[in-house]
Amino acid sequence: MTKVYEKSPAFFDTFTRKPSMQKTTHYCPGCGHGTLNKIIADLIAELGIQDQTIFVGPVGCGVFIYYYYESASVSAPHGRASAVATGVSRANPDSVTISYQGDGDLAAIGTSNAIHAANRGENMIVFFVNNNIYGMTGGQLAPTTLIDQTSTTSPSGRSILNDGFPLRMAEMVAGLEAPVLSARVAVNTPKNVRQAIKVIRKGLEAQRDKKGYAFIEVLSQCPTNWKKDPKEACEWIDDVVCQQYPLGVMKDIVEEHPSQKRKCERVEFDAIAEQLNLTTSDENGFQPIELIEDEVRFKFAGFGGQGILSLGMMVSQLSMERHMEVTWLPSYGPEMRGGVANCSVVVSKEAIGSPVVDQPNVLVALNRPSLEKFGPLVPEDGLIIYNSSLVDTVPENLKGKVYALPATDLASEAGNVKAANVVVLGFVAQKTGMFSQADLETFLAETFKKPALLELNLKAVKAGWSAAE
Amino acid sequence: MSDKPKVIIHEDLCKACGLCIIHCPKDILEASDKINELGYPTTVVAKEGCIGCANCYLICPEPGAITVIKP
Repeated sequence: MTKVYEKSPAFFDTFTRKPSMQKTTHYCPGCGHGTLNKIIADLIAELGIQDQTIFVGPVGCGVFIYYYYESASVSAPHGRASAVATGVSRANPDSVTISYQGDGDLAAIGTSNAIHAANRGENMIVFFVNNNIYGMTGGQLAPTTLIDQTSTTSPSGRSILNDGFPLRMAEMVAGLEAPVLSARVAVNTPKNVRQAIKVIRKGLEAQRDKKGYAFIEVLSQCPTNWKKDPKEACEWIDDVVCQQYPLGVMKDIVEEHPSQKRKCERVEFDAIAEQLNLTTSDENGFQPIELIEDEVRFKFAGFGGQGILSLGMMVSQLSMERHMEVTWLPSYGPEMRGGVANCSVVVSKEAIGSPVVDQPNVLVALNRPSLEKFGPLVPEDGLIIYNSSLVDTVPENLKGKVYALPATDLASEAGNVKAANVVVLGFVAQKTGMFSQADLETFLAETFKKPALLELNLKAVKAGWSAAE
Repeated sequence: MSDKPKVIIHEDLCKACGLCIIHCPKDILEASDKINELGYPTTVVAKEGCIGCANCYLICPEPGAITVIKP
């Protein structure tokens, strides 16, 4: 029978990461990641598990696996892939969950996540790509770096006294009770690849059969950061790396281990809403908001401390109470006061695709830098509301309808400059027609419990509303 | 269709790491000076004699760069 070795159908036909390189990965020439990616893809196709496979990708060189595998994928924050995979696996008990992590990710930043997922015996397979170094960031020392190995952060070689011993993860995992399989393989020669295929097939079959946690450490060459050509790098694995990290199966109780399935309770949305005291019915005279656009995209911007993020939050909450779809995305510097802050709010009748606002229909700029930065992005039919108390000159390149609102002065008259954001809220509500005065008053009464504070804010919101009329 | 094993290198996907050349037991793969779309001097099949061992396919890190057909 003819045997054809070719690109696995578990891969996408086209990799859409970049306009160029639509057929190739982002890995450097000779990198072991690509070889491992191919082994996994071939086995997914062979075992017929493509439709039930969910990948959890790491931060590191393996980050783009979602561009390559035509299966479900989730990207995890740095080091958290095993934790995210725990959630994925428990919420989807019929899935084959694959956590794909590097040594900086799994053995340094996310060691605790990885060890505890292993110790709980989660139904998942973890691929731990060990190339002894932080690859993507340019070759820094990792916990797996060999003794005396140089890296950008250990230029004279790893020292035991300074950095400790190279961490043997496969042995550590094998020492735990729960895992059913822990092994170390390499992808530096065809012989080792063949051995890796056998072990990985066993790990994936164990996942298909819900046997629990499998850990496969894969020694991978990193020619770029090891400063070797691919041939030398592969030889170095045999000659040196394998001395520290011996290949083999450290633990294998797959056969005798029973299938395990955790209970996965589906909870209806209504039940959650009831616990949180949210109304989900339309009985209380619920009326959708009339929006000036199908999707109103707000940008609120100013100095940190001007209440920009709270202003966005208030518009979001008011819209949520009227059952609109809402996103709120803050962006601010590390300063608690001063610095610049902005937040993007999207209010829509339909589900929102992206919370990022590039072209706001409504811009609120409470200081000059914000007006200069975001003003030109507002299209002709958009609204630009700027704080004329603090901004004296308006840029010439604005296309939208521009409104000057002396927000800081009006807030000061109402009793406190800090209420400038509430002045703006009143102004925006009137101009967009999204909320009535009664809506605002009810909302403020719910938000501010202290009578003096409520009175101040009611005055401020009224001042903003009147200024808009 | 020929009944002999065959190796095909998709030259525009080759990153010229050279690992397939080292591991070919029949030494039929060679580095060339043809620069491909990616900017690498692609590896080529220089001779007849493929035995279909698939060493080159297994060691190649690039999905789709090498196809081996073994009748």
